[in-house]
Amino acid sequence: MQWLERHVPKLVLAPSFIAALLFVYGFIGWTAWVSLTRSRLLPNYDLVGPIQYERLFASPRWEVALNNLFVFGVLFIGIAMLLGLLLAIFLDQKIRTEGVLRTVYLYPMALSLIVTGTAWKWMLNPGLGLESMVRGWGFDNFTFDWITDPDMAIYTVVIAGVWQASGFVMALFLAGLRSVDGEIIKAAQVDGIPTHRIYTAIIIPSMAPIFLSAFIVLSHLAIKSFDLVIALTGGGPGYATDLPATYMYAMAFSRGDIGQAASSAMVMMMIVFAIVVPYLYSELRAKHD
Amino acid sequence: MTMKTILATSVASFCVAGAALAEPQAEVLHWWTSGGEARAVAVLQEEFASRGGEWTDMPVAGGGGDAAMTALRARVLSGNAPTAVQLKGPAIQEWYEEGVLADISAVAEAENWAEILPASIAGHMQCEGTWCAAPVNVHRVDWVWANKAILDEHGIEMPGNWDEFNAAADKLQAAGVTPLAHGGQAWQDATVFETVVLGLGGPEFFRSALIDLDMDALTSDTMKAAFDQMRTMRGYVDDNFSGRDWNLATAMVMNGEAAFQIMGDWAKGEFLAAGQVPGEDFLCASTPGDGYLYNVDSFAMFEVEGEDAQDGQALLAELIVGENFQKVFNLNKGSIPVRSDVALDEFDSCAVTSANDMAATSEAGSLLPSYAHGMALRGAQAGAITDVVTAHFNSDMSSDDAVQMLADAVANSM
Repeated sequence: MQWLERHVPKLVLAPSFIAALLFVYGFIGWTAWVSLTRSRLLPNYDLVGPIQYERLFASPRWEVALNNLFVFGVLFIGIAMLLGLLLAIFLDQKIRTEGVLRTVYLYPMALSLIVTGTAWKWMLNPGLGLESMVRGWGFDNFTFDWITDPDMAIYTVVIAGVWQASGFVMALFLAGLRSVDGEIIKAAQVDGIPTHRIYTAIIIPSMAPIFLSAFIVLSHLAIKSFDLVIALTGGGPGYATDLPATYMYAMAFSRGDIGQAASSAMVMMMIVFAIVVPYLYSELRAKHD
Repeated sequence: MTMKTILATSVASFCVAGAALAEPQAEVLHWWTSGGEARAVAVLQEEFASRGGEWTDMPVAGGGGDAAMTALRARVLSGNAPTAVQLKGPAIQEWYEEGVLADISAVAEAENWAEILPASIAGHMQCEGTWCAAPVNVHRVDWVWANKAILDEHGIEMPGNWDEFNAAADKLQAAGVTPLAHGGQAWQDATVFETVVLGLGGPEFFRSALIDLDMDALTSDTMKAAFDQMRTMRGYVDDNFSGRDWNLATAMVMNGEAAFQIMGDWAKGEFLAAGQVPGEDFLCASTPGDGYLYNVDSFAMFEVEGEDAQDGQALLAELIVGENFQKVFNLNKGSIPVRSDVALDEFDSCAVTSANDMAATSEAGSLLPSYAHGMALRGAQAGAITDVVTAHFNSDMSSDDAVQMLADAVANSM
C-alpha cells in the first residue's frame, strides 16, 4: 500500500514521459542521424559524416533563409513588443471603452496566419492594394511595392507578423501592468513623480518576467514561421523571403532531399536551444536562490 | 478422418470460390482532382470497372503533388505501396532504386509499347531495361500563346526567333501594352528559362547543359546569353507579376491585358474553357527555336502482393496506354496522346501541331525532356538550377554572376 502511494505519481506520469521521450527526443535523435547520411527520397542510415551540413552552408538559398530569420526575428520581436507595450500602457489609462478596444487589438491573434498572409498579400499588391488606392486619390508618384522587391519583401512579412502578434503581446503586458501593486504606484503619485517616470522606473522594471515570456513566445513564433511566408509571398520573389522552415519544407517534400532537410532542421533546433537554454538556466537558478 | 476430409474439401471449395470471385484490384494514388483532370481520371476508372476491375481511388490533392509524395513515402515505408502512382521523369528511376517498383514488361511487350511510343519517352518508362511505368499524356512546354487581336492591331507576326520576340515586345511596350504575361513563381521562371535555353542554344546545347549538367555548357557564353535574354524579358512583365498563378497570367492574354505568355499547353485549357478558338481568338506557336520540350505524366507501378492486385496492375497498364483512354483522356486534359497511332480528328489545331512536331522532333533527335517540370533531372538538381534562375530573374544579378552561381549550385546539389 505504501509502495503504491509512493509510486502512483510516477506510474501516472510514465506514459506521457515515455511518449515525450520517444516522440520528441527519439525523433530528434533520428533526425540528427539522418542529417549525417546521404538520404534522398527515402531515409537511409549509412553514416557519411557532416556532408549535408557542408552542402547546407554552401547553399546561397540557406544563407538567404538564415539572414531573413535574423532580420525577421529581430524586427518582429522588437516591434511587436514595443507596440504591444505602448498599446497596453494606453489601454491602462482607465479609459471607458477598454473592453471593446482590447478585443479589437486581440482579434488578429484569432485569425489563422494563412488568412493574415493572404489578406496582406492583397493589400500589399501594388496593382490591387495600398499603392493603387493612394494613386487613385491622385498621388500618382506614390510607390509601395515592397512585396515585389526582393530586397524589401522580407519587411512585408514583418509588417503582417507584427499586425498579427502585437495584440497578443498587448494582452500579456496589460496583465502584467495590472499585477503591479497599486500601493506602490499611489505612493509614487503622492511623492509627485510624473507618470512617465512611474512607468519607466517602477512599473516596467517590475514586469521583467512578462518581458521574458513575451520574448520566448515571440521568438519561437519567429523561428517556426512558415505559414505566414507561404501565404504572403510563397518564399518569393525568387527565394528572397525564404525562412529556414520553408527551406526545410522545400527540401523534404518538394525536392526529395531528406538529408538536407534533416540538417536544416537540426540547425533550426540549435537556434531554438541557443535562445531557450539561457532562459531555462536563468529560471532554474532563480528557483535555487 | 471424415471430419478432416470435410474440412479440407470445404477449405478447398472456399479457395475455388475465392479464385472465381477474385477480380483485378488497383489502388491508384494521384493528384488529379481539379475539374478537367478529375473528369479525365474518371474515364480511366470507368474503363477499369467495365473490364471487371475494382478501383480504389486515392486522390491526394495539394502542393502540386508534394502532399501525394508524402503519402506515398509513408505507404512505402510501411510496406504497403499503392498499385499505381502518378509519378514522372527521373522520379520513377529514383523510386526504382529504392527497390519498390514492379516489372510490367509482359504487358508492355504484348501491347508493343516499344513501337508505338517515341523512343525518348519510352526511356522514361523503363528501369534498367524492364518496363516499370505507363505513360498517360504528353504536354508540350515550349509554347508561346498570344492574343490575336493585339498582334493584328500592332501588325505583329508570331516571332520566329528571340530577336523578333524582343522587337515585337519593344513595339508593344511602346504602345502601352504589357508584352509578356508572367507569374513570378519559381517554376514559371524556370519554364521561361528552359525555352530560352532551347531557343538560343539549340537542342544539343540544351541536352548538355540541362540534362547532362556539363559544367562547360553551364558556364558557357551561350548560357550567359540565355540569362541576358531573361534579364531583357524581366522588362516585359508588368509590375504585379510576383506570385501570380499561371492561369491568371493566361487570363491576362485572354482579356487583352497582355500580348504573349510562355507556358505549357495546359494554358490552352484555360482559353478553351473561356470559349476562345485557336487561330481566331488566340494563337499558339512553339517558342522561337528548334526542338520540343515534353512533360509526360505517367503512372509508376509499385510492387504489390497478391494475384488480384497484380492482375489489376497489368490491366491498368494496358488500359492507360490503350487507344481509347489516350484519346478521351487527352481531349479532357488538353494534352496529346503519347502513342503516335491515335486519330487526331477531334483534337484542336494546337494539339495537331504538337503531335506533328513530336513526331518530327523524335525523328530528328530533338525531342527533349523539360527540366522545369521534373522530366530531365532529379529533384535536388532541378531545384538547385531553379533557385539560381529565379534569384537572377527577380534581382539585378549579372549574367556572369548567374552562370557562376549556377555551376556552384549544381555542384553542391550532387
